[in-house]
Amino acid sequence: MLALLVALSLTLLTAYFGEPAGGALHALQRGVLQVLAPIQEGAGVALKPVRDLAGWFGDTLHARSERDELLRERDALRQEVISNESAAADNQRLRRLLELDRAGISAYQPVTATVIGRSPTVWYSTLTIDRGSVDGVRVDQPVVNGDGLVGKITAVSHGAAQVTLVTDHTSGVSARVVAPRVADRANGVYGVVQTAIGNPQDLLLNFVSRTSQLSRGDRVVTAGSRSNRLESLFPAGIPIGVVTRVDDEELSQYQRVHIRPFADLQRLNFVQVLTRPAAGAAARAQSP
Amino acid sequence: MTLSPQLLGRLAVLALAAGLLQVAAVSQVSVLGVRADLTPLVVMSVGLLCGSVAGALVGFGLGLFTDAALLQTLGISSLILLTVGYAAGRLRELRDPAHALTPIAVGVAGTATAAVGFSFMQFLLGVDAPVSLLLIREILATIVLNAILALPVYALVRRVLLPFLPGDPRRRRRRAYMTGGLSPISRA
Repeated sequence: MLALLVALSLTLLTAYFGEPAGGALHALQRGVLQVLAPIQEGAGVALKPVRDLAGWFGDTLHARSERDELLRERDALRQEVISNESAAADNQRLRRLLELDRAGISAYQPVTATVIGRSPTVWYSTLTIDRGSVDGVRVDQPVVNGDGLVGKITAVSHGAAQVTLVTDHTSGVSARVVAPRVADRANGVYGVVQTAIGNPQDLLLNFVSRTSQLSRGDRVVTAGSRSNRLESLFPAGIPIGVVTRVDDEELSQYQRVHIRPFADLQRLNFVQVLTRPAAGAAARAQSP
Repeated sequence: MTLSPQLLGRLAVLALAAGLLQVAAVSQVSVLGVRADLTPLVVMSVGLLCGSVAGALVGFGLGLFTDAALLQTLGISSLILLTVGYAAGRLRELRDPAHALTPIAVGVAGTATAAVGFSFMQFLLGVDAPVSLLLIREILATIVLNAILALPVYALVRRVLLPFLPGDPRRRRRRAYMTGGLSPISRA
């Protein structure tokens, strides 16, 4: 019996690993997700008080340190807003001058979804949400919440979908640093946000040149791209996180920049899927 | 221990309920940054109460359910949890532990096996991202959290399976004490 079960597990593992995303076992999984989604949704609602109680304890423990940190952040941001107001006016004038059309998030139609499931292991940072293809959700669409980028859709069934978080080891997001130092303004500071497995509060901005000057507190947003050949999955300007540390490795041509994500990915109850671009914006984007 | 159809049915319902509870509720509750994982605890409890075959079967089923429900690579959790269930069952068959704290020790071992085994399998399948040393802290924290939950989970599983457990070591020893000549009352 044991040998049979081990052989069955290994066969499943080999077959699943070798087949493409549209294969039979993947389709079977989507079918299971479809069947389980309403049950998970019901269980999620019924068990919400338990989750809230546990969350309340955690929130209380963290509230004090979080308040101090937020006060410091508020003071810094107040200073920044003043200088940004004039920069924003300049920016709009220059955009009009260059006829740049970057509609950003407003070009997408957000669909709000409730989180109904979550992977228990650190190796898979995935969520299950209660919206699926019937709501316009498709694979590769970006997922955000009020704080910033959460992840992207990686599997969809009729009434549910799987979200792979930015903290998953398979995730990679092109990103740029907001308001870089004077020396970097001409080219901007760009990189790819990846994760360090085992530490979901620490994302890494990789492939940042050692010549770029970054410091703690710099904010990182999605870079986006309107290239016809390689269009980014994520619209430009979605907040990702704030720089917490920069490791300057002497033997590498890149710096390793550590980022704390804005979105609290440990406690997500609701998220928004940015579904197909609104008709007007899509037409604008396609026009030459 | 023979697996009657009634026991198999109850084990299937138990595995399904445990899987749903894990995915829909327990995984979404973060205690000091980590989440409990009930699956190795349930599998360990079944192994300790019903033996190696039942432990392996429930481990395989619960692993398959978890992998299917969370769209993970099919077969990884099955392989790991069936090992945990089989090992817990063999411990019962070979050593017959009756100490009240046995579920904690076996729960810790089961959780550690599951977490380390999962990481090992992921490394074998290839990892694109750097691995932080904090992964070890995360695994240790999960083991501690599961150690706290091991006894209540074991008690709950035992309660669900009680009508089908003629071989439960604690009940068997109590019966032997009362009726088998070990009691001072029977000696008198």
